[in-house]
Amino acid sequence: MEKDALFTLADLWAALRKCAGDVEHVSLADEDLGETGFNELGYDSLALIETAAYLTERLGAKLPEEALAAAATPNAFVEVVNEYLHDAEEDH
Amino acid sequence: MRSRRAVISGVGVVAPNGFGVQDYWQATLRGSTGLRRRESVDVNAVDRPVPRVAGEILDFDPNDYLPSRMVIQTDRTTQFALVAASESFRDAGIDPEQIDPESAGVVTASSSGGLEYGQRELQHLWQQGPRAVSAYMSYAWFYAVNSGQLSIYNNLRSVTGVLVSDQAGGIDALGQARRVVEAGTEIVLTGGTDASLCPYGWAAHRSSCRISLNTDPIGAYVPFDERATGYVPGEGGAILVLESIEAAYCRRFPKPILVSGYAAGFDPNPESPRGMRHVICGAIADAGLDPGDIDAIFADAAGILKEDAAEAEAICSVFGAFAIPVTAPKVLNGRLFSGGSSLDLATAVLALREGVLPHTPGVHINEGYGIDLIVDRPREWAGRHVLVLARGRGGFHSAVVLTRPDDAIARSDATP
Repeated sequence: MEKDALFTLADLWAALRKCAGDVEHVSLADEDLGETGFNELGYDSLALIETAAYLTERLGAKLPEEALAAAATPNAFVEVVNEYLHDAEEDH
Repeated sequence: MRSRRAVISGVGVVAPNGFGVQDYWQATLRGSTGLRRRESVDVNAVDRPVPRVAGEILDFDPNDYLPSRMVIQTDRTTQFALVAASESFRDAGIDPEQIDPESAGVVTASSSGGLEYGQRELQHLWQQGPRAVSAYMSYAWFYAVNSGQLSIYNNLRSVTGVLVSDQAGGIDALGQARRVVEAGTEIVLTGGTDASLCPYGWAAHRSSCRISLNTDPIGAYVPFDERATGYVPGEGGAILVLESIEAAYCRRFPKPILVSGYAAGFDPNPESPRGMRHVICGAIADAGLDPGDIDAIFADAAGILKEDAAEAEAICSVFGAFAIPVTAPKVLNGRLFSGGSSLDLATAVLALREGVLPHTPGVHINEGYGIDLIVDRPREWAGRHVLVLARGRGGFHSAVVLTRPDDAIARSDATP
């Protein structure tokens, strides 16, 4: 059975916007940007660490921040978060 | 003769009495002050008299000038630098997107770093724990941050560095930027900005016990005046574009100002004229000039009796008494730390371009100092060589000679 996504791309865009600011000239509502590289979007590793730290607080879970900072695309980032959240659920 | 000569071709200013070059220059010629009484300072929270007057930049919203991505990761001091740099490029007629990134660098002065950012994140640490501290704290507070962010934001990938020598820093950064241009880099951003009037910065400044306790903005910072009791801290500064004179002429830039001589020295005794005299003579010699060639001086103007006396004595010992016009327009904005001599450099460039020496409003000159301080109104003036002086806390002394090239006039006249 397909697992429900606990964390969505929209959640990530909102967190990125709060932690690291808007991407210039690009609408963050655009779901197609999920495969666009963070470099291309103008978010560096520090932006991802900042966002990961924020999400750790907000989701109440100790996310694997190093793996998140190494994510190349928004979709990859979302996938790591969801994997972690599902693993945490199964542990309960 | 140096093989490649460096000229200042762009000026960008953020100052308490004027935001942007035009506002600043007009306010300065009007004698309009940026010093204000700060009502927000809590006078009951401390155990000794608190300075109340500062040169604050009011109503600055970084979002009006910078993308949110930059605003989130930068302190106010860096925001000032980014805004001033953009103006400086515009003033020079250079589009940073059109230049070769490998041929352009950044050498700025810094003094406090990103203090307000640092204070906020320390509060987060204290109140909410280490996880609440921003990842951007890793560099937002650091004193090299302005050079780094100017380099990243404008994509300037040649030599980059930072000089830290308090109020002398703007001149020292220019001296280093000149070396970088002489060594072959085409364009270098230089100058400096500071913003350290937050409570954390204010507490640090107070520890110097050199800040004026006068609560009236008029009279709080009056160098070379018998009433002088200290300086007023301010924020802001200036960013300059430096390039080779050949490059400036090639693109028919009409008003380059040559960085013709520079000297730095160290004298831990601020009440001795020795350090100042040493750098005055050094900068003039480096320019290949004699003291008689210098047409005006922008003084360091400590606002502390014995230090004003030392500076006046140094000037008189080189030039003679009342022999050369001296000015200190910084009385309108206070001492801006790394932004201080940077703003003086910008003002000197504008004076050379416009043929007007701004004055030093509000000072009743003590004639005993033997200097011709311009106090009443700006002076029409056809000088070519300006000497800019600065001292930094701890013993830093720096001097630079700026020159309007003879041929610049002819060439600017020839420009259609």
